[in-house]
Amino acid sequence: MITRRSPLVSGVLYLAIAVICALMLVPFALVFFGAFKSQGEFIADPGGWLPQSFTNVQNFVVLFVEKNFGTYMVNSIIVSVATVVANVLFSSMAGYALAKLEFRGKSLVFLAVMIAMTVPYVAIFVPQFLVIAQLGLINTHVGIILPMLVMPIAVFIMRQFALGVPDELIEAARIDGASEAGIFFRIFMPLLGPATATVAIFTFLSSWNYFLFPLVVAQTQNMYTLPVGLAIASQDSNTTNYGVLLAGSVVVLLPVLILFLFLQRYFIQGIATTGLK
Amino acid sequence: MTQLAEKPGGVVRVHRATGRAPSGRRRHHLTSTHGRIAWTFVTPFMIIFVLFTLIPAFMALGFSFTDIKASDVRNPFGVGFVYFDTFVKVLGNAGFQRSALNTLIYVVIGVPVTMVIAFLLALVLDAGIRRLKGLFRALIYVPVIANVVAAAVIWQYAFTNQGPINSALSTLGITGPNWLSQPGTAVFVVLLLCIWRNIGTCMVLFLAGLQAVPEEVHEAASLDGAGYWRRVASMTVPLLQPTTLLVSVLMTVNFLNMFDEPFLVTNGGPLNSTRSIAQWVYEQFGYGNIAGSMAGSWVLLVIVLIIAFLQIRFLRSKA
Repeated sequence: MITRRSPLVSGVLYLAIAVICALMLVPFALVFFGAFKSQGEFIADPGGWLPQSFTNVQNFVVLFVEKNFGTYMVNSIIVSVATVVANVLFSSMAGYALAKLEFRGKSLVFLAVMIAMTVPYVAIFVPQFLVIAQLGLINTHVGIILPMLVMPIAVFIMRQFALGVPDELIEAARIDGASEAGIFFRIFMPLLGPATATVAIFTFLSSWNYFLFPLVVAQTQNMYTLPVGLAIASQDSNTTNYGVLLAGSVVVLLPVLILFLFLQRYFIQGIATTGLK
Repeated sequence: MTQLAEKPGGVVRVHRATGRAPSGRRRHHLTSTHGRIAWTFVTPFMIIFVLFTLIPAFMALGFSFTDIKASDVRNPFGVGFVYFDTFVKVLGNAGFQRSALNTLIYVVIGVPVTMVIAFLLALVLDAGIRRLKGLFRALIYVPVIANVVAAAVIWQYAFTNQGPINSALSTLGITGPNWLSQPGTAVFVVLLLCIWRNIGTCMVLFLAGLQAVPEEVHEAASLDGAGYWRRVASMTVPLLQPTTLLVSVLMTVNFLNMFDEPFLVTNGGPLNSTRSIAQWVYEQFGYGNIAGSMAGSWVLLVIVLIIAFLQIRFLRSKA
């Protein structure tokens, strides 16, 4: 809006938004402070905010030496990397077909994307588990990854971007006689840089944070992903050591936070694209 | 393939070669190639969709009419057909009713609060301030990307009786309650987590919507002497109708499906005050009541569909 505003009003608005941002970030401050507090500090001063020292990494040592977090992290990385690679490839293929090719059943496929995006996960995860069980994939990485191989949201994002690719470019290549696979790999894919980044980040975020399904599919500790391992640790009433749990939370949060720091434009683009139908 | 761009002449041959098996019935040679390649492109998605969305959804519906138990999972097709008995049992179950009531509370309080805060933030970030918009937008969005298990751990820790929140309150001279052990405050804590996690998404969607509102509309109205709030109420809000619709459906579905937050923070307690329908479904599955779990999930699915439909009708009719 072009209207001029008095410095007082601007000042109040800045103050208000700064306060709200600070409130939104308080939980992160708590987790980072708490991760460096010893069990003794929690007992002596349960309500204290700051740790005595930020160099006390004992909690992290406990996580990786006693609590198996190294394995969980490897599992999380395997699941996330596989998910991202598969989604980038499959969703750009499907997105390209939905945006740029005419074929029988196209509207049906698009309907499938919309349905898959709307069906509440809770309504299908139990039978999803039964399907995984029938396929003999309980307690395997494949069992965790398979349902996320092509996320509908990734297809939708790719389709939205693909719609923006000029038809003329594809027509010209077609007239030159390029095969559809050739057009896809040599012309379309290179144009999709930002879309690929958005999909990669979005699917990384989903798979890294994925909780409910790995919780039921992973049945032994060596299959747990980080969120599952953390949840199991936090429900273990014998070890309610907040220092260790908060350090575990830092381990789960940090990779995504670092990624967000550098790539926040793509995170936000992802949500804006899916919103702006 | 490697010479596609350089040698167009050669490519035509390749193309003819790949199109070597024309289906014959199709009118157009190019279209038939399109159809096959297009289906090749969408097949991975369709396989996963059928296997992990379509079949599960119908399995859930089908098994809702049976009495399937955990012991039948290995051989699910030998179970007895009981018509609507399972649905009747679920709907009459006190635990399910309680979780339905809790879920209703989450939706009725959580959705409007989240949307109003997010809308005000979007207004400020769209036009209220000039500098640092990107930074503020990013900071408000951070909770969206936070892992829910980690967030739940923080929440549990922050709201323990003598924890950081109560310690901060006591410096203000307020004696905080034992948050997680009383129904009213426990619901508040769970809701707070959900609102915190959803504000960013809402705000970004509202911002995207606001940016689509033409500048001239505002200029014209302010020339006519309309004050700021007047312009928001009589122009911004109506113009944002499509965004509001999208956000409200999205948020309602999110809050109806709430599982992680109550499951992780309070595990449904105290006195069943925070257990959501989704958590009830999950727990029944764990207890081996698979039929009840699936029937419960379909009740939730139908509620989600009805509410989404009503919202669309309501907001469209106001337009």
